[in-house]
Amino acid sequence: MERTIDLINERIRDGNAVVVTAERMPDLVAELGEEGALAEVDVVTTGTFGAMCSSGVFLNFGHADPPIRMERVWLNDVEAYSGVAAVDAYLGATQQSETRRDQYGGAHVIEDLVRGHPVEMRASSRGTDCYPRRTIRTELGLADLNQAVMVNPRNAYQRYNAAVNTTDRVLHTYMGMLLPNHGNVTYSGAGVLNPISNDPSFRYIGSGVPIFLGGAEGMIIGEGTQHSPAGGFGTLMVSGDLKAMSPDYLRAATMHGYGVTLYLGLGVPIPVLDLETVRATAVTDADIQVDVVDYGVPSRARPALRKVSYAELRSGHVEIEGEEVATSPLSSFRMARQVASVLADRISSGGMTLALPTRSIDRTKTARPMRETAQGPRVREIMDRQSVAITGDEPVTVAARKLLKGETNHLVVLDSEGRLAGIVTTYDLSKAVLRPERARSVEDVMTRRVITTGPDEPVDIAAQKLQRNNISALPVVDADRRVVGMLTGTNLSRLIGRGRI
Amino acid sequence: MKLVVTFSRKRGREPVIAQVVRDTGVLINVERAQIDSHEGEALIEVPDEACQLVRERMEALGATTRRLDRTILYDRDECIDCGACISICPQDVFGFDEEWRLTVDEGRCVLCGKCELACPHRALSLQL
Ligand code: SF4
Ligand code: SF4
Repeated sequence: MERTIDLINERIRDGNAVVVTAERMPDLVAELGEEGALAEVDVVTTGTFGAMCSSGVFLNFGHADPPIRMERVWLNDVEAYSGVAAVDAYLGATQQSETRRDQYGGAHVIEDLVRGHPVEMRASSRGTDCYPRRTIRTELGLADLNQAVMVNPRNAYQRYNAAVNTTDRVLHTYMGMLLPNHGNVTYSGAGVLNPISNDPSFRYIGSGVPIFLGGAEGMIIGEGTQHSPAGGFGTLMVSGDLKAMSPDYLRAATMHGYGVTLYLGLGVPIPVLDLETVRATAVTDADIQVDVVDYGVPSRARPALRKVSYAELRSGHVEIEGEEVATSPLSSFRMARQVASVLADRISSGGMTLALPTRSIDRTKTARPMRETAQGPRVREIMDRQSVAITGDEPVTVAARKLLKGETNHLVVLDSEGRLAGIVTTYDLSKAVLRPERARSVEDVMTRRVITTGPDEPVDIAAQKLQRNNISALPVVDADRRVVGMLTGTNLSRLIGRGRI
Repeated sequence: MKLVVTFSRKRGREPVIAQVVRDTGVLINVERAQIDSHEGEALIEVPDEACQLVRERMEALGATTRRLDRTILYDRDECIDCGACISICPQDVFGFDEEWRLTVDEGRCVLCGKCELACPHRALSLQL
């Protein structure tokens, strides 16, 4: 008998459906063969539980008396977008509190609501004839809202590149803490349990399909933003009723140095209607590959150090440049399993039936980078073209004289080929004065590990270097390490003065 | 036993820890040290039976000592077993069991503080 979705739903309603999690499928196929697995299994459930920054909720507060047309609205000091009529707002998960910064944000408000905690809502308006009220402040719980609908523009990434850091300082990223000199690797995603990895052709994952979202029954709206399935990075836009969600599957978090995010459990059931589905759901961690990407490079095109499979990542160690490096998942595999198995229980107990997509999701797309019509300012536009130079063998007294005469606080030290060898500041010279016996020539006092910038580097990146290293100037060097200028804090403040930052 | 030793540079620059090792013959394991120009703090590990002796000698040399009973504080309720703490801990305090649940071997902790920052769910905190 041909397998149809109606047949599967009938079996679900009768309590006879065989539902297994995607983690079980590789073994089942090995045991029973593809035909055998097809005969045996009706539904495969997937699950993931990780940071899903691109999430949020639409809230409807109902009308106050006298009524207000909210122009700005805050929930526990976290601003929500209220440019959608009078008393609707969209609260984004990553929006930060105006008073508690990254310690509290949209995700925390959402979690508080789901936990049954009341939140303080305040709103302001200029007042209109039909909506005369200008301000309002009230306490609201989830039950007081007419609707609280989670609508997440981009969830359930098919897979995600692993992260490493080749610089010599700690980086705090949305991929967690990255230790210097590739001291660790972080990754995200549930691999074998990942929804899209089990249906990469989007045959059964599409608009209208019922899913598990935050503990509630949700639905796939369609492709997610930045959906890029051609390269294996598909995403989903999903929605679900916040009122039916559970704090077990929805947890606010703060990535230190990055900000607030929402950890969310999401699972998609896949009906097993043909052999192709059996094959797709038999995917293993070893089959799913990602790049290990260097987050030390501050540009969109971050270089990849190598390719690695989820199996290797989940073993706890991967080899990077000849060294064994410890890995950390950022998503919870234990919780991903729980999502998949709770979803399986719901279906096998008749609590949830399946549906075919009402519209299919494009599987050939590639997300494009942003089109930038105005290039941000580059170092060459604002740097000082003059710099005062000295060589390492000259006495410190000459350096002092040059500093005074050049009215600068920094001298670049050049080697015999005219390349940058070090930097000397007034501070270095003051130290030299205190220890004349140890510091005779410039070489003795200069800093050799100079932090530099290049003429084409974006000013924002150079400014970050100044700030992070707590220094006041960066020599601007070309590819040959020849000094072509100097970038100082003063250059930056002039730029701010011109309103270009 | 772990001890936090605080010394002030104003009292001269004698190497307190080295001197106590020499005087007492007790092997001291320095797990963490933070020393700036005015004062320093070190976290050391000493055998339990030699603890009293080491403390007395250090205090005689002008340092203050304090027993450190606690290590990192782990809040199971906040933890979602993401594992973000595993690879950043210099002491391999964290790992997973077969169920992908976090394991915490507190005894190895040297209170470096990295995991407190790295945990996205505030499940780890230092208590000094
Ligand atoms: S404080 Fe440092 S040593 Fe202790 S558990 Fe955390 S990361 Fe490991
Ligand atoms: S980082 Fe925090 S939430 Fe994640 S496993 Fe470690 S203690 Fe648990």
